[in-house]
Amino acid sequence: MTAARSARKGTLVAVVSTLFVATLLAIAIGSSPSWPLVQKAFFDGTYFSTSLPDVVGAFFINIQLFVLAEILILPIGLLIALARSITNPAFAPLRIFATIYTDFFRGVPSILLIYVLGFGVPALRLPGVPKEPFFWALVTLVLIYSAYVSEVYRAGIESIHPSQERAARALGLTRFQALRFVVLPQALRRVVPPLLNDFIGLQKDTALVSILGVVEAFKQAQILKSANFNFTPLMTTALIFLVITIPMTRLVDRLAAKDRAAQQGGAR
Amino acid sequence: MARVKAKRIAAAPVLELRGVSKRYGRALVLDKIDLTLAEHEVVCLIGASGSGKSTLLRCADLLEPIDAGSIALDGRAVSADDRDADETRRQLGIVFQGFSLFPHLTALENVALAPRVALGLTPTAAEKRARALLKQLGLAAKANAYPDSLSGGQQQRVAIARALATEPKVLLLDEITSALDPVLVADVLEALRALAKGGATMLIATHEMAFAADVADRICYLEGGRIIEQGSPEKIFGAPRDARTRAFLKRVRSVGASALR
Repeated sequence: MTAARSARKGTLVAVVSTLFVATLLAIAIGSSPSWPLVQKAFFDGTYFSTSLPDVVGAFFINIQLFVLAEILILPIGLLIALARSITNPAFAPLRIFATIYTDFFRGVPSILLIYVLGFGVPALRLPGVPKEPFFWALVTLVLIYSAYVSEVYRAGIESIHPSQERAARALGLTRFQALRFVVLPQALRRVVPPLLNDFIGLQKDTALVSILGVVEAFKQAQILKSANFNFTPLMTTALIFLVITIPMTRLVDRLAAKDRAAQQGGAR
Repeated sequence: MARVKAKRIAAAPVLELRGVSKRYGRALVLDKIDLTLAEHEVVCLIGASGSGKSTLLRCADLLEPIDAGSIALDGRAVSADDRDADETRRQLGIVFQGFSLFPHLTALENVALAPRVALGLTPTAAEKRARALLKQLGLAAKANAYPDSLSGGQQQRVAIARALATEPKVLLLDEITSALDPVLVADVLEALRALAKGGATMLIATHEMAFAADVADRICYLEGGRIIEQGSPEKIFGAPRDARTRAFLKRVRSVGASALR
């Protein structure tokens, strides 16, 4: 009862003080002599409303890119993680390949790879090799983020105590069955928050493919900016990205907090 | 002390270890162990921590390769390096000190997993078997509980049910009451007594001397990776011949009743 009342009081204080500070800031910024200039260049209402449909339309390209990429990355990342986890000496080449893969694609700037693959490979004019920038943009994002995601999977697999695999093997399960029924189900649960974190990065990085001339939201905003010499369309694009990424970051925070609570409580 | 012994022990050995040695780096953990287990026989391994009891069980379960010697199950030589080592492990059940239940599965799923996946039973048949085992161990009401909501004693009994689910020829038990609250130990030991009475073949590493005296057909005293002395509980506890066995038992008794529970 008292706790609930003090919590309500706390919320009220927080709201009032935040509103107060926000109002002060708004007045301070709004009354500064250069504000009209800044507002006209970046936050113009007319440009905002005219650019919105175009930018939102182009954003569907970004959505297509990251949804397709995520669908491909989830299994590919897992396969790479498993390749790195194999201890059997006969599979050493596979493990070495997977290690080089993750080292390389995590270590090279994304924009460089997009450039090289998106412009370089189609320029070879190899028969049967697609030339569409969208295709190469997708390939590059999948290559890079599969490397990141495989490391997330691997950390999850390694976080499961070896006694779990031993117990499974003792029951007569094969190495693969132990992985499939005992280790992976536990590992996958643990990797959801870091996995979503990588996906937030991926969603933002879809803007990088604009260098290939793919007219996605950022490229569309650049076109509109150049046409009117006004930066507002870029702010519109930023807003659209935030609409997608902020709820996802909040979700990640909540899942991570839930995991922590479960682990401290000794729960599953 | 209710006697659970006085039963027929078949002559043919189920599990046979011959000259088994195991090293960890330079340390010789098992030194030419000879041990046979007949059908329906209950053998208890006693000895201080580090005497090789756990390693002996893990090697017998083919979870660790051995460096010398041989292991035979039902007269057939088996090894951890065998292609069919998984198949052999199905015929052996092991319960660990730390339970090692699968936390993402319910008690029922923990027990049903090996019958379904390793033995290839249908899900219905596997579940039926798991339910029967849980009931046998007094856990019928806990079938749908996750391990973290069970007490240590209940978890350990689920682990025993899980080890029994593949109908092993031998049940290996590695100090399975050491991690338990004293009040929970009784439940687990009672479950083991019932299994012994039912004719299960068991190799038990334990610190529970009174329990060992009660349930075992034979006691083996281990020290430094060797079996120093073995014989009936009456002989080992009543009239140990080796000075090292006497010293160990004296040390255990001096610790007090808690170690002899």
